Amino acid sequence: MSRLARLLGFLVAVRAAARAAMGAAADRREPRPAPESDFDPRKRVVPSSRRAEAAVAVLLLLAALFGVGFTVIYVGLGADTQLLGVAIGGALCLLAAAAIVAGKMVVPQETAVEDRGPLLDEQQIETVVEVIEAGAEGISRRGLLIGAGGVAGAALVTAAATPLASLGPTLSGLHLTPWARGIRLVDDQGRPYLAQDIQIGAFYTALPEHSDPEAFGAGLLVVRLPANFLHLPAARRAWAPEGIVAYSKVCPHAGCAISLYRYPTYAPTSQQPAFTCPCHYSTFLPGEGGRVTFGPAGRSLPQLPLMVGSDGYLHAAGPFHEDIGPSWWGVHRSES
Amino acid sequence: MNLIERHVHGRFERAGRTADERLGVMGGIKWAMRYVFPDHWSFLLGEIALYSFIVLVATGIYLTLYYVPSDSQVIYHGSYPLLQGEQMSEAYRSVLDLSTSVPAGLLFRQVHHWAADVFIAAIVLHLMRVFFTGAYRKPRDLNYFIGLTMLMLAILEGFAGYSLVDDLLSGMGLAIAYSVAMSIPLIGGQLATLIWGGPFPGSSTFWPRLEIVHVLLIPVALAVLITMHLAIIMRQHHSQFPGPGRRERNVVGTPMWPAYALRSIGLLLAVAGVLFLLGGLVQINPIWQWGPYHPYLSENGAQPDWYIGWLIGALRLMPNWELVIGGRTVIPNPFWGGAAFPLAVFGVLFAWPAVERRVTRDIRRHDLLDRPRDRPIRTAIGAAFLSWVVIVFAVGSTDRIFYRLGVSYTTQIHVWRVGIWVIPIVVFFLTRSVWRSLQQSGSHPLRAWQGEVVRRRPDGGVDVIAESPDRSEPERTEPPVGTVPGREFRV
Amino acid sequence: MRRLLMRWFTRRARVPRVLRIALALMLGSLAIVGIAAPRSSGHAGVPSEGGPGAGGTEFNPPTKSPEPPGQGNPTNAFPDSPALRAEGFNLYQQSCSSCHGMSAQGVPGVAPSLRAVGPGPVDFYLSTGRMPLEQPREEPQRSSRAFTRPQIDTLIAFISSFGGPAAPTANPSAGNLALGFHEFTLSCAGCHQIVARGGITVNAQIPDLQQATAQQIAEAVRMGPYLMPHFDAGQIDQHDLDSIARYILWTRHPTDLGGWGIYNIGPIPEGIVAWFIGLLALVIVARLIGERTGEET
Repeated sequence: MSRLARLLGFLVAVRAAARAAMGAAADRREPRPAPESDFDPRKRVVPSSRRAEAAVAVLLLLAALFGVGFTVIYVGLGADTQLLGVAIGGALCLLAAAAIVAGKMVVPQETAVEDRGPLLDEQQIETVVEVIEAGAEGISRRGLLIGAGGVAGAALVTAAATPLASLGPTLSGLHLTPWARGIRLVDDQGRPYLAQDIQIGAFYTALPEHSDPEAFGAGLLVVRLPANFLHLPAARRAWAPEGIVAYSKVCPHAGCAISLYRYPTYAPTSQQPAFTCPCHYSTFLPGEGGRVTFGPAGRSLPQLPLMVGSDGYLHAAGPFHEDIGPSWWGVHRSES
Repeated sequence: MNLIERHVHGRFERAGRTADERLGVMGGIKWAMRYVFPDHWSFLLGEIALYSFIVLVATGIYLTLYYVPSDSQVIYHGSYPLLQGEQMSEAYRSVLDLSTSVPAGLLFRQVHHWAADVFIAAIVLHLMRVFFTGAYRKPRDLNYFIGLTMLMLAILEGFAGYSLVDDLLSGMGLAIAYSVAMSIPLIGGQLATLIWGGPFPGSSTFWPRLEIVHVLLIPVALAVLITMHLAIIMRQHHSQFPGPGRRERNVVGTPMWPAYALRSIGLLLAVAGVLFLLGGLVQINPIWQWGPYHPYLSENGAQPDWYIGWLIGALRLMPNWELVIGGRTVIPNPFWGGAAFPLAVFGVLFAWPAVERRVTRDIRRHDLLDRPRDRPIRTAIGAAFLSWVVIVFAVGSTDRIFYRLGVSYTTQIHVWRVGIWVIPIVVFFLTRSVWRSLQQSGSHPLRAWQGEVVRRRPDGGVDVIAESPDRSEPERTEPPVGTVPGREFRV
Repeated sequence: MRRLLMRWFTRRARVPRVLRIALALMLGSLAIVGIAAPRSSGHAGVPSEGGPGAGGTEFNPPTKSPEPPGQGNPTNAFPDSPALRAEGFNLYQQSCSSCHGMSAQGVPGVAPSLRAVGPGPVDFYLSTGRMPLEQPREEPQRSSRAFTRPQIDTLIAFISSFGGPAAPTANPSAGNLALGFHEFTLSCAGCHQIVARGGITVNAQIPDLQQATAQQIAEAVRMGPYLMPHFDAGQIDQHDLDSIARYILWTRHPTDLGGWGIYNIGPIPEGIVAWFIGLLALVIVARLIGERTGEET
């Protein structure tokens, strides 16, 4: 019952706020504009201060000194950024001071009044409209001409905009990554990863062998998880040979590289292993198929199936089963 | 002295004749020199922005002479030891070389970047002045829209500018911009691949295009808009605060020549001076410390420049909602914070003059400004809206707050998800009540009440019935008995 | 007291009463929130599976163990003798056994066993003041040491007597600064920030490394304290480690070519400078040039 009362009270308050915002009562009325007064603000004061003039002269000369200093430092004293900045910045500030002192204390200080003049001129509007209409005097098929002109204009505007379509390729490339079955995982120096190299509690950045490392879908995060942290869906159990899992390094929220990995030293008093993206702190669980546990990411981190080759090296067991990186209209999301 | 004066006089006359014979401008020059500017200091904020723009163009021209818009990968063998042998794009290397090996190169780079930060800050401050004094009302609503457009362009321009460098920080930002473009419903994927020339990080044509946008397209657009902005001001004359002798139909202030021109030039020189001092003494965007960008790298605590801070706050704050219908992702998550939020903010700003006109039913022309206390509701709504945006902006730094003060990140996010709605409401009521009482007491927010209370006689003269207290007396904070609040007539 | 309060509330002043009350309420609630807000704690988001083999047995191992320094790599030899071990035993009983168990076997749900960790982690946690912890679920953070160096050596001797890998070490002057920057960017900057100014994750604070010594860096890299992952010699070899240590020490005084580095954390302090130094200076100039309200003549 009290909850209902509180809700009602809240609604009343909201309504009052809305009414207030709509300017109820006295505030809607404008304050009456100040009446025309007899006060004449015009004046002219000639400062004639020799001290101010001297000050301006001194400031100008000091500015000149700093300006020369800039050239000297640039040419002869190693062009140190800080000294250069002080020299030219100082020169400009001194010049500014000279101009301001001159503008406030040396030249005549005048307050003048100017009339704004009207903007709206009904007379002129009428005349202009008449002139426009006079220009169409004698034309009989106005409708036809205006319609034809409109069609021509629309066609030309469309034509002018069409070359924009050639600016870029179509969307087909968005579903592609360099990863496919058999491609070996290598580090950023091109050295391939042996499955036995992957330690529990460490994380590795992997790239596709013989492929452009700058491709968006290239980066992978590889970790090994012990059985008690590994809870992959049944369909994906084969993706994690020896408990080694691989995920796209590109955050499916806004495309940053995921570079934070937490692995507890003692799990009961801290947290389970997770990847976190440093941009907006989306957090993903590698042990649960990249599920999002915090943050704005709207879908889970795509997982790459892995296999261990007969040579002991890690290979991709297939491509990604969903699109990596940020979502868009046509993004392929994971089924699970 | 007399000889020099006569000589100078002769020179001026000859120069004037030369120009007038060819251009016929003497009438215009006379008009310009006698042109009256009202003197209030807050009218100079727009000029600070304008002069920052001039510094940006000047230093920007210098920078284009060194920048290489190319993502071809090269190996660095320059003078900075920590990047020896490192792979980077040519764009990054060109800026690195400029910063480490060209005399005064780093100075101009830093001045340019500081000028960009100050430019947009000045615009925002100017916008606040325009809003809280009601200067956007007819006939200045057109100019107000031009100003808002310039603000949007300036933000885009700044982002494009520091993204050209292709360092780790700005590269991460570009990926996020790409994701926001992708997130636009229906057309996002096409739009993003159109702009980038393919999936991120884009084709090699992206960099020259970004450079042209930053160096030509937006600066020209800004220059045109600035010219229109100034031309409209000149045509309409600047607005002014009410005061002695100031009416709706006149302008009271200082004529352009000589005092105002000198002060304006002084402000230009001061802006340039402060920016060059900052550029030399305070480091900004030390790209050699960030290293080059690669899509598989990132760092903790990466932030965009301050004027994009409201967007990172919004992106961090949003819960992970994505609208998926029938397997199609209609609204990906970055859309809310990265596109819908700024569109909403600018939408409200653009719509405001029409909303106010509708609510106050005031369609007259206004050339006298309001003091914020004359309009407590507008001031309160403006303060509330500003607080909403500012809080979202502040959320962008919650990581640093967690780091310094230990308040957990997830707690902060959960608190602020509610706070951004509650606090503006509180701010609205607070501001309204404060400004209402200021309006009634008539006092200046920072000073005691000042002025005279007069009554108009039937014959047109005035009787002074009360005066503000002498400074030596203890301060009075309310107008004397017998006056009607809100109806004092200032003399 | 009441009189003072009443006077403050009822005094006619420029600041209207409603504002004063609202201000008091806001400050009060802020204070309450500030006091009550939880400090970051690594609160357990884990279903109580513990680590491998936990619960019910005497053995309570850590979830991840320190990596050995690697074949042929230099190690740091800490002083060792039966006397030291005996002293360490006594000190251990007073200061550590309540969480880590009487014979370093750990207490399930409280603290891991220390039996196979070796000298490295002991030196790291104690010399950085991260241990002893007030509460088991707190995040261990660098603070003033609870023990003197000789005391730490005794504890190291005691714990090492249970076995475990030797302590790694790093020699910064043997490292290559460019290689260190490269490796740090790839493996460390995601958490520690590109110039080691620290950062956060969900939900733990990540330290800046400005006070880390080369020895502590080596130990941390090989063991992965708290939530930090660890890196074995196969992933980060000794030369990489020396280079990373050299780079981290370099970050104490990075190359600030542009002037004042404003903490080297990027656009947040830059924005503060732009508004509160740059724009503020120019607003002051504008105030000097223009007139203020009420001064019109």
